[in-house]
Amino acid sequence: MRIKQVSVFVGNEPGRLVDMLKPLADGQIDIQALSVADSTDFGIVRMVVSDTQSAVKALHDAQFTARVNEVLAYDMPNVPGGLLTTVVEPLAKAGVNLEYFYAFTESEAGKAKVVLKVSDIDRAEKVLGPG
Amino acid sequence: MTMWEPQYEKMPRNELEKLQLERLQHKVTTAYEKVPFYRAKFQEMGVSPKDIKSLDDVKRLPFTSKADFRDNYPFGMMAVPLSDVVRVHASSGTTGKPIVAPYNANDIGTWANLMARTLATAGVHAGDIMQNAYGYGLFTGGLGFHYGGERLGATVIPVATGNTKRQIMLIQDLGTTVLTCTPSYALIVAETARDMGVDLSATQLRLAVCGAEPWTEKMRAEIEANLGIIAIDIYGLTEILGPGVSCECPRKNGMHIWEDHFLAEVLDPATEQPVPYGQRGELVLTTLTKEALPVVRFKTHDIVTLHPEVCECGRTMVRMSKVHGRTDDMLIVRGVNVFPTQIESVLLSVEGVEPHYQIIVDRERHMDDLEIWVEVSEAVFSDEMRSLEELERRVRAEMDSILGIAARVKLVEPRTIARTEGKAKRVVDRREL
Repeated sequence: MRIKQVSVFVGNEPGRLVDMLKPLADGQIDIQALSVADSTDFGIVRMVVSDTQSAVKALHDAQFTARVNEVLAYDMPNVPGGLLTTVVEPLAKAGVNLEYFYAFTESEAGKAKVVLKVSDIDRAEKVLGPG
Repeated sequence: MTMWEPQYEKMPRNELEKLQLERLQHKVTTAYEKVPFYRAKFQEMGVSPKDIKSLDDVKRLPFTSKADFRDNYPFGMMAVPLSDVVRVHASSGTTGKPIVAPYNANDIGTWANLMARTLATAGVHAGDIMQNAYGYGLFTGGLGFHYGGERLGATVIPVATGNTKRQIMLIQDLGTTVLTCTPSYALIVAETARDMGVDLSATQLRLAVCGAEPWTEKMRAEIEANLGIIAIDIYGLTEILGPGVSCECPRKNGMHIWEDHFLAEVLDPATEQPVPYGQRGELVLTTLTKEALPVVRFKTHDIVTLHPEVCECGRTMVRMSKVHGRTDDMLIVRGVNVFPTQIESVLLSVEGVEPHYQIIVDRERHMDDLEIWVEVSEAVFSDEMRSLEELERRVRAEMDSILGIAARVKLVEPRTIARTEGKAKRVVDRREL
């Protein structure tokens, strides 16, 4: 299913991550999933949060460049081959490209979730179902 | 020490000034008659060539700026037909278009002669083996020194810049006595020689003639110590000639301006009034003998001091200090002129918006380093790494193409670039020049 994700541009310097996470903590915003794409001078932090709008406002107030993207989130069984058979193979067969993705286990035993950005969101949804 | 043209170099001041006036009157008449741009400017100011009755009257003439060259690009300021032009050189303009400088056969001859005089003044003689490590091409340095060296009768090795290990081999094997190059390249040669275990002071190398970028007395001391030579300062600019507008004699007490060919004024940049000798001001130059491109009162943006006392070497021509600084924001990076406005136009063309940026210039191991920090605003932020990498790559490629030198591009957070009174500080020059 489609969900909102917040991405933030963070300079690769000590303390920047602290400055980025603090306003979220202060605003009582919960981070449900997070990943960082790193490069030499900067990183793109991607998060799924409890309150997307407030998160973006808090980040903008703290002078961070942040935007909201639409991505997909799917449940998978937390077993060997879960990610492969639930998401990756079907998308590969349908010729949908994966831009990035990050997965995590749920508190409920046996369950895991994957957040993914794809080249063709409509096609991906058709292939993977509403999730 | 033999002077190349003692009749001019030691000319008594009153005779020199008489010669300057004659040449100025002739040049102003030519500019008025042959260059529509100048005719229009003169008419606008209500001045005509016959109004120039003394050197003092030069202040009645209009100024010429880099913008005039840009507006008349490419050949709008030429005083001869293009068919007479035997060479065209170019240098950086403030935007995408370069400054174009045409030369007819007489100009090439004048330039070669002035460069021979320049090299002789620096201490080069016909028996020298001159290794020319200035860049050959549109840049006036390479061919300027080359023709001067040949005219002087020296043995010229046109190595151009780069391939430093081979340059050092040539210095050793061919017996190079004079190295002509930028001051930072001289230091690169020194360092490379050290890495190679070569003692340059044991070679025949005795003199370097350095210019095209600003350099301090500290740098000179370093060059002289590390290469075991004397290093002499030279000045020039594409709009006026190329190298050879002025040069130090071995007294190293200011660069003699060749006043029989150039009328030099030093003006207060704010009031445009002449400042007395010994005081800093903007150097404004008028060409007295160039034919294809006569230039009237060109604002060089270089801040200098003029010293009129006759030099110990016997030359009567006024001496100018090293350039103290610029009145504009032009930078010289690895010998190439760089304007922040060029960088702005690249960012605008690549991103479609003009982001906040900062130019950081530093010098690492004698090589100028240019880094451009670009703030990532909402407008250009993509959440895909490859889009941002692609952006960086495109900016870098465009910069390289427009500036002619490689610059690193660093994407930074919005708050990174300090702002004073709402305006960002565009250039941070960490070099101690």
